[in-house]
Amino acid sequence: MTKAVEDRERVIIRFAGDSGDGMQLAGSRFTDATAATGNDLATLPNFPAEIRAPAGTLAGVSAFQIHFASRDILTPGDAPNVLVAMNPAALKANLPELERGATIIVNEDAFTKRNLEKAGYDGNPLEDGSLSAHRVHRIPMTTLTVRAVEGIEGVTTRDAGRAKNLFALGVLSWLYGRPTEITKQWIARKFSRKPGIAQANLNAFNAGWSFGETTELLDVQYRVKPAKDVPPGVYRNVNGTTALTLGLIAASVRSGLPLVLASYPITPASEILHELSRHARFGVSTIQAEDEIAAAGMALGAAFGGRLGVTATSGPGMDLKAETIGLAVALELPMVIIDVQRAGPSTGMPTKTEQSDLLMALYGRHGESPLPVIAPSTAGGCFDAGFEAARIAIDYRTPVILLSDSFLASSSEPWLVPDVADLPQIDPRFAEAADPDRAFLPYSRDERLARPWAIPGTPGLQHRIGGLEKSDGTGNISYDGANHARMTRLRADKVAGIARDLPLLAVDAEPGARVLVLGWGSSEGAIRAGVRRARLAGHKVACAHLHHLNPLPSNTGDVLRSFDRVLVAEMNTGQLAQVLRARFLVDVESFCKLEGQPLFGAEIEREIAARQ
Amino acid sequence: MTHLGAEASAAVTLSKADFQSDQETRWCPGCGDYAVLSAVQQFMPELDIPPERIVFVTGIGCAGRFSYYMNTYGMHGIHGRGPALATGLATAREDLSIWVVTGDGDSLSIGGNHLIHALRRNVPLKILLMNNQIYGLTKGQASPTSELGKITKSTPFGVSDHPFNPVALALGAEATFVARTIDRDRHHLTEVLRAASRHQGAALVEIYQNCPVFNDGAFAALTEKDVKDANQIRLEPGQPIRFGIDGERGIARGGDGGLEIVDVASAGVQSLLVHDPRRTDAGVAFSLARLAEDPTAPTPIGIFRDVQRPVYGRTANASAPVSDEQLSELLLSGDTWTVA
Repeated sequence: MTKAVEDRERVIIRFAGDSGDGMQLAGSRFTDATAATGNDLATLPNFPAEIRAPAGTLAGVSAFQIHFASRDILTPGDAPNVLVAMNPAALKANLPELERGATIIVNEDAFTKRNLEKAGYDGNPLEDGSLSAHRVHRIPMTTLTVRAVEGIEGVTTRDAGRAKNLFALGVLSWLYGRPTEITKQWIARKFSRKPGIAQANLNAFNAGWSFGETTELLDVQYRVKPAKDVPPGVYRNVNGTTALTLGLIAASVRSGLPLVLASYPITPASEILHELSRHARFGVSTIQAEDEIAAAGMALGAAFGGRLGVTATSGPGMDLKAETIGLAVALELPMVIIDVQRAGPSTGMPTKTEQSDLLMALYGRHGESPLPVIAPSTAGGCFDAGFEAARIAIDYRTPVILLSDSFLASSSEPWLVPDVADLPQIDPRFAEAADPDRAFLPYSRDERLARPWAIPGTPGLQHRIGGLEKSDGTGNISYDGANHARMTRLRADKVAGIARDLPLLAVDAEPGARVLVLGWGSSEGAIRAGVRRARLAGHKVACAHLHHLNPLPSNTGDVLRSFDRVLVAEMNTGQLAQVLRARFLVDVESFCKLEGQPLFGAEIEREIAARQ
Repeated sequence: MTHLGAEASAAVTLSKADFQSDQETRWCPGCGDYAVLSAVQQFMPELDIPPERIVFVTGIGCAGRFSYYMNTYGMHGIHGRGPALATGLATAREDLSIWVVTGDGDSLSIGGNHLIHALRRNVPLKILLMNNQIYGLTKGQASPTSELGKITKSTPFGVSDHPFNPVALALGAEATFVARTIDRDRHHLTEVLRAASRHQGAALVEIYQNCPVFNDGAFAALTEKDVKDANQIRLEPGQPIRFGIDGERGIARGGDGGLEIVDVASAGVQSLLVHDPRRTDAGVAFSLARLAEDPTAPTPIGIFRDVQRPVYGRTANASAPVSDEQLSELLLSGDTWTVA
């Protein structure tokens, strides 16, 4: 039978199930097919910190959200239009966030008495009318999947049950007209060594698709047309982690400095170690260090040897690296420190996002130890930030902290792949062999106040550096007060001077706008989405986004002072606001979110409306 | 180090002076560190490696100053982190000869983790551990090698924490080269440096080093003329282990499988343990390390262990420069699509 096709401008789907149900996989396969369709998209994985929390419980629910549209979109979306719930817990955990009238597709087989009890349901929500505000489709996914894979050699009933995520993917792929070839190829590649499992997954996927096509339960197929007004070029879908690692490799290639990454496993930064460890043929060495301190030390040791030294971690690891970062400030060697921020003090919420390490990045070291801090704002922007962090580190002989966060690291979007020829060259400007007539001065300075980088192996430039205060010029140990004051100012001036290289803070303003919404890091999409909606509602509002937190763009104060009200939106208790108030004496207001989730466009829209 | 030296054979002959920096040494008068510094500077020309390809990495403490006095490349790091800094450098640069100088507090207390992991990874570092059994630079607190009962500024009622035995610790950490020597025995010290420098991989050299200010005479049993022959058990590869003024005592396997000190005349030379640092099993070396509770009684010095194992980082590196085309290919990997 031919079914009706309806157009949709944008759709938000959330795949939710037990953490062992393969929801991240189903979501990312749907994402790849969506990218290939030419829709703009943004994704948000959300999973528990426990690898296998007790099955069937609310704590074990893992979800993956994708927002895709025929126009450009800025966030993974606030309230889902479609929820795929593989068990009662997934339904219960996600129901409050659905928009009214949303479509719910459940695996009916999982709504057993026992599973309902584990999720804390007294009755069966599929039977008691509590879902009447939504359109519910009950599909016996486990049964249909098991039937679809029957008779495949070497496939157990357990394997069959595990393929039900592919069945769900098949249903959704039909419902939104996603291309199937890309998913089928992926299945063949992924399970090339296990033909039985490959066949089971393929059968499950096909069965889901056919079910959608033939069942009377689903009477409409939806179409989201390819996005228009997208800049021309070659695109690929990337998450922040992949983009960041590519940016670092690109900086390594454009500077001619092999990349050495030293890291200690920590959620969510470990993914950077995993990705870079696969790229040895691009000159990348990775070291899994014995601890966070060693990881920082190894990166710095590599930098002394003339390499691009990088270490990546999350909040707790930053605490441990602080002393080594201070040493890098004193040694004035290039080094990149990546902090994939996560929520809370101590262990906090390891898989949830926050922007609460800003003040630590700026000030969290003893003594006066300023360093540059930069923050990407989109998944694709992580490429530029990785490249920029390396460039600043090398140009200025300084450690640079790059503040990413859990949301940026794992969310994905289409990325316009840059042309390699457009990437700037980075010149390491190594000091060359000694001039016999002149003493080598390891702490002399160039016009940027950067010192010479003389690497071991360079004849005649043997010198000793260390954490003790150094005499200006010679670098010899000095406890002289006047010299210390001069060195402290030189280090600070060097970092402040980076502002000369930075683009001015760009403001997206309408004539007559009196309110500025300012953000930094991963909240850019939500802020722009909120501003867009507020404008549609008739409000006049401006927005701007900081990618450099130290030094700030040189026009920052002027921008702040040119609006009646400045609203700083951030996922902390107002850290950037505090910096701006102290620095510019501007009475900025804060909108703070601390729920372990990204900002939503609707929240920004509401805050703007309240200030008109 | 031989693979490094071979390339430098055309270089001019170097002397001790080539390894002396212009910085004034600032250890206390009589400090054992002077003797070690002088011996190291004297030994360096033997490596046949130009000074610019040698790096000294140090941590914090009196021994931490060592790097400033060597006319090589040097990094004076932070407390305990010398092996971590040096591991990063060794990973990046196989062409360098990298030496770590550390102390008992630096490497066995605050930096213990980095020391054991550098050893088990077999990073090509020569680690000189100046053990004076006290904190010197912070003015006299107990260290992790201070003997039980020792009165120090931080232990007015005596040390109650059981001390580490650095050689035993290194053996337990799977070190491939472990030796012990003494600051005041220039000849023995130099022999050990030579062996360490020839070793491919991580080498740990414990150096008993006298602190004349806070722990004077800690190793007197091994250094004073009248007693040292009775207490130094010199380990010589291939030789039965004997000591004493006339070699009248020796080491033999005991009835319980451990080692014991015997009287050679009554036990017989054939019963003595023949020293073999190349033994794969570190068990005998460990027993030797444990012979003396602390260096106030007969104590073995020399090379406890010297075995081969793959060297860290020696296979991973070595890649040709990456072209823009290769980079472009990487950026475009995965599923891509074109918007016209």
